[in-house]
Amino acid sequence: MTTRHVLIADDEANIVISLEFLMKREGHRVSIARDGDAALAAIRAERPDLVLLDVMMPGKSGFEVCQAVRADESLAGVKILMLSAKGRDTDLAKGNALGADAYMTKPFSTRELADKVREMLGPANEALR
Amino acid sequence: MLSVALVLGASLAYLLLLFAVAWWADARARSGRSAIGNAWVYTLSMGVYCTAWTYFGSIGRAATSGLWFLPIYLGPTLAMLLAWSLLRRMVRIAHSHRITSIADFIASRYGDSRALAALVTLIALVGILPYIALQLKAIASGLALLTGTHGDAGAPWWRDSTLVIALALAGFTVAFGTRHLDAAERHEGMVAAIALESVVKLAAFLAVGGFVCWGLFDGPADIFARAAATPALAPLLGLTGSAGGDSRFAGGQWFALTLLAMLSLLFLPRQFQVMVVENVDERHVKRATWAFPLYLLLINLFVLPIALGGLLHFGKGGADPETFVLSLPLSTGHGALALLAFVGGLSAATGMVIVESIAISTMVSNDWVLPLLLRARRTGDLSRTLLAVRRVVILALLLLGYLYFRVAGEAYALVSIGLISFAAVAQFAPALVGGLYWKGGTRAGALAGLTAGFVLWAWTLMLPSIAKSGWLAIGFVEQGPWGLTLLRPEQLFGLSGLDSLTHALLWSLAANVGFYVVVSLARSPNAREAAQALRFVDVFRERGPDAGDAAPLRWRAQGRAEPLAELRHLAARFLGAEAAERLFADVARQRGVRVDRLAPDAPLVRHVQTQLAGAIGSASAQAVVATVVEQEPLARADLLRLLDEASQVRALNRQLESIDRLKDDFMSSVTHELRTPLTSIRAFAELMRDDPAMDADQRQRFVALIVDESERLSRLVNQVLDMAKIESGSGEWRNDVIDLRELIARAVQTTSQLFNERGATVTVEQPEHVPTLMADRDRLLQVLLNLLSNAAKFVPQGEGRVVVALRADQRAATIEVRDNGPGVPPEQQLIIFEKFRQGGSVTNRPQGTGLGLPISRKIVEHFGGRLWLASRVGAGATFGFDLPWHHDDKETGP
Repeated sequence: MTTRHVLIADDEANIVISLEFLMKREGHRVSIARDGDAALAAIRAERPDLVLLDVMMPGKSGFEVCQAVRADESLAGVKILMLSAKGRDTDLAKGNALGADAYMTKPFSTRELADKVREMLGPANEALR
Repeated sequence: MLSVALVLGASLAYLLLLFAVAWWADARARSGRSAIGNAWVYTLSMGVYCTAWTYFGSIGRAATSGLWFLPIYLGPTLAMLLAWSLLRRMVRIAHSHRITSIADFIASRYGDSRALAALVTLIALVGILPYIALQLKAIASGLALLTGTHGDAGAPWWRDSTLVIALALAGFTVAFGTRHLDAAERHEGMVAAIALESVVKLAAFLAVGGFVCWGLFDGPADIFARAAATPALAPLLGLTGSAGGDSRFAGGQWFALTLLAMLSLLFLPRQFQVMVVENVDERHVKRATWAFPLYLLLINLFVLPIALGGLLHFGKGGADPETFVLSLPLSTGHGALALLAFVGGLSAATGMVIVESIAISTMVSNDWVLPLLLRARRTGDLSRTLLAVRRVVILALLLLGYLYFRVAGEAYALVSIGLISFAAVAQFAPALVGGLYWKGGTRAGALAGLTAGFVLWAWTLMLPSIAKSGWLAIGFVEQGPWGLTLLRPEQLFGLSGLDSLTHALLWSLAANVGFYVVVSLARSPNAREAAQALRFVDVFRERGPDAGDAAPLRWRAQGRAEPLAELRHLAARFLGAEAAERLFADVARQRGVRVDRLAPDAPLVRHVQTQLAGAIGSASAQAVVATVVEQEPLARADLLRLLDEASQVRALNRQLESIDRLKDDFMSSVTHELRTPLTSIRAFAELMRDDPAMDADQRQRFVALIVDESERLSRLVNQVLDMAKIESGSGEWRNDVIDLRELIARAVQTTSQLFNERGATVTVEQPEHVPTLMADRDRLLQVLLNLLSNAAKFVPQGEGRVVVALRADQRAATIEVRDNGPGVPPEQQLIIFEKFRQGGSVTNRPQGTGLGLPISRKIVEHFGGRLWLASRVGAGATFGFDLPWHHDDKETGP
């Protein structure tokens, strides 16, 4: 099983703990960023396969991080799953417009989130399992 | 000469005939077969415009200035042709608002303003006096001529025939118009009698005209030819008018007169009465549009021939031209024709006096006396009182008219007297017409415009007319009051070169319009004015399809019968039983209910009304449905349009929107803050659910986190509620006697656990004695706990030092909480007091709701104090607040 690298970017400690536990249980390698700037730096440095990106973060917001990643050709392979406690339609549309691959509202179902991540990481992953 | 007995007998007989007609029409109206429900009667009743002025005055005017009698009739003709839509609009509004007079109409437009109604009544009353005087003068001089009993100036007052005529007319009008107090604003009997009078005066006038043209001369052509051949009369045939005067055509004056007459046709109280209040069907206006000008044409046809014929017959100065209609037949031995002409003139005069004084007495009793009675809290039956008031007003009106006749009547020609009244009535135009087409007009604007116009009218026209008759010192007219020539009434502010009427009209209308517009613009209409404006201006606008649906319904027949049954009965009456049943069955099928289970709601009522309109016309349908069901005056669609259009409301709307947005932001923040702990709780719970094999330690850690997050959630909910209560002003505030030393001790004790965990120390610095304070103990404790727990969160682990300092001075107690934490950076010092904005750096963001400080600040402010922060980065933070010993117990607004 190829280990995939997931970056968790969220400023809520307890949410990070739960996401970290979930991703590790899914068999992924996890790194953590607690604000937008740290998240962008980590993405550039580590090129994770997927980012769980919270929208409301101190420093750069999730939207800004997403925009910066998509503006960078070299980061094209990084999948982005936006997470937001503001479940507004406009936010969803904004996330999609900025190039997020998926968008989920908090509170999320851990199963659905795990399924979504699996789906995003692609059949390659499935095949290898 | 005719005998006095014959003339009086004929007059009395004629008046009795009028009585009979009125009685008959009233009886018909009561039995539901209206005698006046057709457009011809309506048109004829408008003929009340033609008074003794037309009958006697016009000929006098034509005899001195030729065609200059004409603008008084061109005006109304133009008014009917151009302003019929205005009239229709007035009729529609009057019907829907059950308007009883022009004062009522104007007051209603500006939000039922009592002051405005009273002012309009005053202007109408004072303004109409010259007009009444005119009628008295005409009848008196006609009677004198006919019977050869020329009034003796030296005779005692009880032998003054004019006074006798005034009293007789008053008696007749009282008997005629105030027999009983009608609940309705309409007087069918009166209208029928007026229509008859219009026929009589026209017939009599045409008879005299025919007699003069073909009896005394060889037709009109002969008269004109002879007049043209007489140098003294030739100028009368042209527009340059005034014999011997300026030979240029005074276009300005012509225009002024025409305009004046236009406005008078619409706004004279009696015209308003017959044309608007008494109108039974607004479609009648359509025929009157051409039929009334035709009536005017007919009654003016012989004015110039009679005037010229009289001048040719008697020679210039041979007889008073104003009584040619009587003197021409009389001098040629046609006594019967002269008597007919007199009855015609009497007809014209009594018609005017009756309608005018009924209209004015209604205004006075409704707009002057009734408000006073109501204010005096008179209880019981007011109808007898009001009836008595109307009678007294009618008598007073004729006596005042007589007084004016004595004061100014002798010096002025009939027409000049009448024009003074016209100019007064014209003052109603800006407020009324403006009110019908401009939504921005306000009560204050109407009051200001009317007052300015009325004052200028009195100063430039009414007072000079009295002064010129010698009853007032003429000095103020010639030199101006106190020698101020700028204020000379007939050359106001140096404006000269105009005749006094045009001058007065110019100034009074200019001031009227100016004040109306400027004062109206100075302030936006209030809600009530705006609502009325909408209903007046948009009276013809089709209501949107949802207007009726949203309008709340009130059933008139409350408790009497089933609303649905009433509606079905109504439909059956007009559509036939079969069609009505089909109609209801269709609706029931569409709604999927049984017919007898149909809800009699607004859409159903509307549907029935539309169906009825197809059979009996929409106006009737509306009226018929209105007998069963009453719609609230302001439908939702109206309200929406109101919101859309009234500028004040629009501003309010903007405010509401921004409040909405703030609220939206707040809600969005609350949502976010609530979802965050929920997210953790759900995630941990699901992780445990999906992993039964999870080891006990891990499970224990997760459960602890769930408990933490749940506590946070409860805290948040409480604080949001707290905040909402405080902000809406609905929070309850107790008034306890508080010993601040004790309160601080309590707060420190409560938080000691928190500080122990962080390894921090708390010290209290306070004086030995502090006065007690009146405030809400729990709320103040909440503030202290909040500041202390904030400090506990930020002090460095293990070496935290927190000081609580209490000081008391003359004005207030001050409490400070100082910590040795990292301090608050300048850019955060303001935002930490905003909702949901927490301080602290990214990595050590404390657990909190972001509502503690905003709530604390609200609490302190409620007790008249201030909550502040003093901090330098690296040097700790000091939160302080003061509490005045005495403060106004004001609510903390949102």
